[in-house]
Amino acid sequence: MKGNFIDNLPKVYGIYTGGFVGFIIIMAICEQMGMTAKTIGICFVAFTVAIYAIIGWLSRTAQADAYYVAGRQVPTVFNGMATAADWMSGASFVAMAGGIYFKGYGYMALLVGWTGGYVLVASLLAPYLRKFGCYTVPDFIGTRYGGNLSRFLAVVVLTVASFTYVTAQINATGTIASVALDIPFQYAVYVGLISILLCSMLGGMRGVTWTQVAQYIVLIVAYLLPVFWISSKMGAGFFPHFMLADEVARIGELEQQFGFVKNSAADLANVPKGLAGITKAHSAVNATPWGFISLALAMMMGTASLPHVMMRYFTTPSVKAARKSVGWSLFFIFLLYSSAPMLATLSKLSLMDPSLPTGIIGKSIAEVQAIDWYQNWNAANLMFVSDFNGNGTLELNEFFMGGKAVVLATPEIAGLPYVISGLVAAGGMAAAMSTADGLILAIANAISHDVYYKIIDPKAETAKRLVVARVLLVVIGFAAATIAALEIQGILGSVIWAFDFAMSGLFFPLVLGVWWKRANKEGACAGMALGLLSGLAYLIWVRNGGSGFLGITQLTFGIFGSAVSLVAMVVVSLITSEPNAATQRMVDEVRVPSGRSIIGKQ
Amino acid sequence: MSKQSQHWEKTRGLLFVTLAIWFVFSIGIFLFGAEMNEVTGPFGYPLTYWFTCQGSLGIFVILIFWFANRQEKIDEEFGFSERGDD
Repeated sequence: MKGNFIDNLPKVYGIYTGGFVGFIIIMAICEQMGMTAKTIGICFVAFTVAIYAIIGWLSRTAQADAYYVAGRQVPTVFNGMATAADWMSGASFVAMAGGIYFKGYGYMALLVGWTGGYVLVASLLAPYLRKFGCYTVPDFIGTRYGGNLSRFLAVVVLTVASFTYVTAQINATGTIASVALDIPFQYAVYVGLISILLCSMLGGMRGVTWTQVAQYIVLIVAYLLPVFWISSKMGAGFFPHFMLADEVARIGELEQQFGFVKNSAADLANVPKGLAGITKAHSAVNATPWGFISLALAMMMGTASLPHVMMRYFTTPSVKAARKSVGWSLFFIFLLYSSAPMLATLSKLSLMDPSLPTGIIGKSIAEVQAIDWYQNWNAANLMFVSDFNGNGTLELNEFFMGGKAVVLATPEIAGLPYVISGLVAAGGMAAAMSTADGLILAIANAISHDVYYKIIDPKAETAKRLVVARVLLVVIGFAAATIAALEIQGILGSVIWAFDFAMSGLFFPLVLGVWWKRANKEGACAGMALGLLSGLAYLIWVRNGGSGFLGITQLTFGIFGSAVSLVAMVVVSLITSEPNAATQRMVDEVRVPSGRSIIGKQ
Repeated sequence: MSKQSQHWEKTRGLLFVTLAIWFVFSIGIFLFGAEMNEVTGPFGYPLTYWFTCQGSLGIFVILIFWFANRQEKIDEEFGFSERGDD
């Protein structure tokens, strides 16, 4: 890439987007000419992954600045897109609409939490950490508080949180690759991993940045196109976000009409694992205020502590740009998040409403079992019907679906051409890959920069440091893929845990590092160690049948962990001596945008 | 009072306003989720439902851009803004 690459970005990505749209059209034509569904799926995944790999190769670098922070020259809007791709994981793409579909209001706390957190990022942290000029989040902790122990503890928290998250993402790439390429999951996981490493290994943060922008474009097209298409095809309106009020009300009516019948445990035992029926009202408030708020709060504080997001703001050219870039990130995230509830509404109504041609509730069981798409998704273990009451008709409580099916199957149910399903597979792959790349890079960079370079061998040359960084990238990727191949945890559960771990250990040490001058090394170490340990202890306790307290569940244990972290940090800071004059001066300098960065000066 | 501490005082003031608005739309309104959902909100959706789908999310986007602009003004006022463009 030549020096004027940055100036040409709008043009480069404009051509890229045009090319991608052209590819979709070619695939649509091929479908009309008789190309099989399987070939289309393979083409979509192979074509997009090949593009990412090419971008990764073109972004190769031998400079530490480019490898760790993309040369600090990523423009605000593009960094916003890259952050949005970094942020929206396989879970957001594939599982979110399904979660809303099944759990309604209680689940939507995640939407509020995963967006509201960016207000904290913009106002409390991102601009100040950018001014600091660090390469990684532990770099900030280590320099602000001083000492190897604080740096090391930050690496530990980062690794625990990010590793929990990344196994879920590799699992998601594996799931999509295995469906699209028709290979067993155990191998598909490694296909996914290799695709992920192709983007990040040669170019580090620079490679990841430019592939993430490309991945954002694929995933947002793949999410929005079906939503708009399904909406107008159903006659619900050409702009679903503003026009689905009648549909939401209609679902409410149908829920009343059908009623929520509770299935007996014996009946439910026949339902395949992971599938669920509609048991909660679509738009009614079905959670207690604290249940909703505690989950939203945990996700917001977790957002502000997750290092793979924070490090994206290290790549902007200035402090001012970092602030604006947070706004753009959230705007690009908003485009997808505000569409997920609309997709859930359309999906639910098209299945429930007997007056629509796609409605299946109220039809005879035999009729439903003969539908093509039902047979396909039943074979994929994502749909199931059973005549519990023996009346031959499908009732609301007799229809079961997997959470992923809302995104993956709705286009087919609504009668869209298969090319859209191929597109959705490519979008899900892009979402999971981009997040996995950001996470693996965050862990590998923290270990290579903070543990290897700053603690073990401060005299290491750049070339050697980058070799270490790349070896770690591969090792961590394989470790995560190996765990993912075991399939021990669900995608969504482990994503939420990652937020709780991050907030338990890092939220207050980061925030107070900027906003409380009196915070010192001892306090920060106590905050990180006790926060993480108490959060972990609470999780283990509740998982093993503990009752918990204050309504804090295994999904919100970070609230307990971060409270312990805050108390420990304040108390220990106050009983030990205040930070030295140099550190206090450093905090003063972090607080003004002008002047040189803190670390660059040393 | 030095220029720097005046700047920080204003910055902190802006932070409190920003966090207050954030608090209202991420936590405050959901204390009354059940009551609010009886009301019809924008585009005809139930109000609480609308806030969880679009309202709060959109307000956060606007809030961050507003915050970024205000902070830039504060930085300029005290001559702490960076040289060069972004």
